[in-house]
Parts: sequence; C-alpha cells; structure tokens
Amino acid sequence: MFPLDDAGLWSGLVCGALFGFVLERAGFGSPCKLTGQFRLTDWSVLKVMFTAIVVAAAGLWALRLAGVVAEGAVYVPTSFLAAAAIGGVLVGIGFAVGGYCPGTSVVGLFSGRLDAAVFLVGLVLGTVVFAGLYGPAIEAVMGAWEVDAGDTFSEAWGVSDGLVLAVMAAALVGVFVLGGRLERASRGPVSADEAVAGADAATTRTAFPNDAPGANAH
Amino acid sequence: MNTQSSPARSPRPQPFWPPLAAGVALGLVLLLTFLWTGHGLGATGASTRFTAWLGEAIAPAATSANAYLGPMVDGGNPLKSWISWQVVGVAIGALVSAFLAGRFRVQLDGARSVGTPRRLVAALAGGLLAGFGARVAAGCTSGLGLSGAATLAIAAFVFLGTFFVAGLVASRLFRGI
Repeated sequence: MFPLDDAGLWSGLVCGALFGFVLERAGFGSPCKLTGQFRLTDWSVLKVMFTAIVVAAAGLWALRLAGVVAEGAVYVPTSFLAAAAIGGVLVGIGFAVGGYCPGTSVVGLFSGRLDAAVFLVGLVLGTVVFAGLYGPAIEAVMGAWEVDAGDTFSEAWGVSDGLVLAVMAAALVGVFVLGGRLERASRGPVSADEAVAGADAATTRTAFPNDAPGANAH
Repeated sequence: MNTQSSPARSPRPQPFWPPLAAGVALGLVLLLTFLWTGHGLGATGASTRFTAWLGEAIAPAATSANAYLGPMVDGGNPLKSWISWQVVGVAIGALVSAFLAGRFRVQLDGARSVGTPRRLVAALAGGLLAGFGARVAAGCTSGLGLSGAATLAIAAFVFLGTFFVAGLVASRLFRGI
C-alpha cells in the first residue's frame, strides 16, 4: 500500500535530482524564459505546470480508486485562503520582478546564473523579515478565510474529484491553444540559445505593449 | 585542440524539451514523490530552515526567542530534514542537466537587458518578496501551487490564480529582467 512515507536522505536526493533535471530541461533556469509567461510571449511555465498537475492529479486519483494509494494518506494543504491569496500575490510579484520563483532560482544558480544567487539571498532576507514581524497580527491573517468544511473541492463543496479533473484537463487544452496562439502572435518562446546567451532587449519584449508597436523598443 | 576553430569552440546548447514532454515528466516525478514520501515537492521549506540555521549561528539568543524560527532550532539542527536533501537534489539535477545539454554558463542574466545595478536590485527585491510571501502562504510555487494542485487542494488554486494575476500586473509596471 502506498504512500511509503519515506522521509530519508535518498528519497529526498532522488526526487529532488529528478525535479531539478526536468526543470532545467524545460528551460526553467532562465529568468527571461520564466518571466516570458507574464509578458505573454512564452507560455512554457503554464503549459508545463498545468500538464504536470493534471498528470500527477490523475495518477493519484486513479491509484486511489484502484486501492493502491490509501484514502487520505497524501498530504493536502489546509484551505487558509487569505494566506494562499496574499502569498500568491507576493510570490507572483517577486517572480515577475526577480525573474525566478524559489525552486527555479536553485535551477538558475546551478546552471551558472549569479543573479539567481542574489535572488536566494533575498529569499533568506524575506524569511528574516517575516520572522521578525511574526506575531498575533500575521497569525490572524494566515488563519483567515479558512474553508471549514474541507481542503479539497470534493470535501468542501461536494464537487466530485472526477469533475474537477475534467475541468482541469479542459483548462490544460485551453492553455495550450490560447498560449500557442499568443506565442505565434508575438516573438514566441525563448530558445535554449537565447536563454544561454542571457536576457536582452529582444527576449524581454512584452507581447502586447500598451503603446504603438515598437514604442518600447528603446 | 584545433586552434583555428577556437571562436566557435563551445558546443551549441541543446534545445529545451517541448513543454508537453517536460510537463508529463514533471508530473511523473511529482507522482513518484507522492508515492514514495506521502507529500509533494517543495523549495522554501529548505530556505526557511537554512534561515533558522543561519540565525542560530549568528544570533542564537534572538533566534531561539523568535516565535517563528525558535521552534525550528529547539529540536536540534533545523537543516536535518527531508526538504533540505530534496533541494540539494534539485541543485545536482539542474547542474547535471545543464552540463549535459551544453547550457551551463556563468553569467549575470539580465545584465544585458536592464543593466547590472538594476538587475541586482530586482533579483534581491524579488527574492525578498517571494521569501516573505511563501512564509505567509506556507508554501511557494512548487510546494503549494504545483504539489497542492495535484491533490486538488482549494488553497493551491487560489495561490496559482493570484500568483499569475499579480505577476502579469507587476511585469507591466516594473522591469527587473
């Protein structure tokens, strides 16, 4: 019966190494490729993330139905929605401004990027600031808007897991169709050559600037 | 060895995996992690423990007295945790992949697009915001967004939604790369 609940060194090293390997293969060590998602020129982040989520979610669901994975044995984050919303905003801004999220900054650093090391220093500083401010006020915000009924859509609102998966699969197709269209209408995804050469004016151009075409070229 | 071809000596970087292939691979790695450990992949669990470890080394009294970091150093070395090994693994995996694909290059990425000073400030500020935000949410893009969504957690989809909208807006207002 799964999960094995292994908390040892080897499962950490092996799962982590596979994670880092795949992220680098996807191009997620490159800050101009990663932030291309927010400029709408490179949809790799959403394509890869959504595909991975659907594959893992469908796998967990099927294995649970088959009795291979025990019911309720896999960790599900608690539905503190205020914390999730505020944290999402801050990590989103940090990603757009800094060029990485916490995990991809490790990939960036170990593909030779020194700006990723600076991002990691910022990550530690942000943790220090949080710890310094931590107290009843932050705890109240972090505990707000909890969905008392449960942590998943089926527990909380009775939406079946199969339906949630079907909606996610449809959204995945939407991401590939819409993303592909916007990629073709703009400069398109950052290639490996461009990523290794480093961000420049061309690779960091926004897909649909507010101004006339070429207005942001200088 | 051939001095005449030295300008083009470094191998050309291999292309990235197509997003669909990379996504399926990432999904299988995530599924393996769930089956093996009972939870998903993460990142900031390790940077938080590293911060506690650093605090213990620099200012032990203040760190143990801190309401957030204190409990982490009470039980011995805060780095002794699965997530620390997982992040060491991420570093190894990324390094191996980048080397094998001819994509390892030491650089300050973004120096050419926005200039070195701006890039340094943006990377530091971005890391700070992400570090603070990940502590509020008790997870980051990997731990809460990716791994949480695979368990169909409501909090994960709220996180991913605000993450994406905020990133879209912020990238229009400020150029950090």
